[in-house]
Amino acid sequence: MIEVGMTLPEKVFYIDRALLKAYADASGDQNPIHQNEEFALSVGLPNVISHGMLTMALAGKYVTEWAGGSASVREFSARFIKPVIVPAGEKVDLTVIATVTEVDGNTVKLDITATSAGIKVLGMAKAVVVK
Amino acid sequence: MINPDSVGRTFKGVEEVTVTQPQIDAFAAVIGETDTSVAPPTFSIRISLSQYESILTQPEIGVDWTRLVHGDQKFEIFRPIVAGDVFTCSATIETLRIAAGNEIISVRSDLYNGSELVVTSWSTLVVRG
Repeated sequence: MIEVGMTLPEKVFYIDRALLKAYADASGDQNPIHQNEEFALSVGLPNVISHGMLTMALAGKYVTEWAGGSASVREFSARFIKPVIVPAGEKVDLTVIATVTEVDGNTVKLDITATSAGIKVLGMAKAVVVK
Repeated sequence: MINPDSVGRTFKGVEEVTVTQPQIDAFAAVIGETDTSVAPPTFSIRISLSQYESILTQPEIGVDWTRLVHGDQKFEIFRPIVAGDVFTCSATIETLRIAAGNEIISVRSDLYNGSELVVTSWSTLVVRG
């Protein structure tokens, strides 16, 4: 039984430089801030950062795993409020959790919270799924 | 500086984009999705972002892509994308505002397979001043 206020189980994804390279190739977004530390530092970033859209794609995986697959998502939105910082040789966490905010038949609205190293990285992250 | 006359206008994509199974497989692999019969929900960004780059960097619009940051993203998905879809992609510049020296552009992408609208997405793109 899905009810408003229900919290879904938390899931932790791990992001490393190899995943950033894989996402760059899969998405076509080869911006060097996501791969080249020297470049990232030169434009004032603290280190290489994840693609915001990789963070969102992983949050999407979290949602579809619960809802019953990639075909279940009708709407999905997020604001990129803080970068996910990915130092060389490290795996950083992306911890995702969601709460049910509306249920209408088999359509479910979710509020999603995504953090990395304890810092909220997605803002206003919401999905509408058909479960 | 973006041309203010481009606000409110819709620009056609520069080419048709065919979705292939290897593209879906690669995108799904990154996020650990094993069912590749349909594309993951954010897959269409692969098409929209490259089309935005081609369209918005044209001299008549004038976005400087090297100073671009992605502010937010929204998808409305009418049906999942599958291999064999052939998309035309338009970009509509909905709003432009300037804040703290940055240009903040809200742009909408409509992905059509023939006459069928499959995904509409909205991106806020920030060109750092």
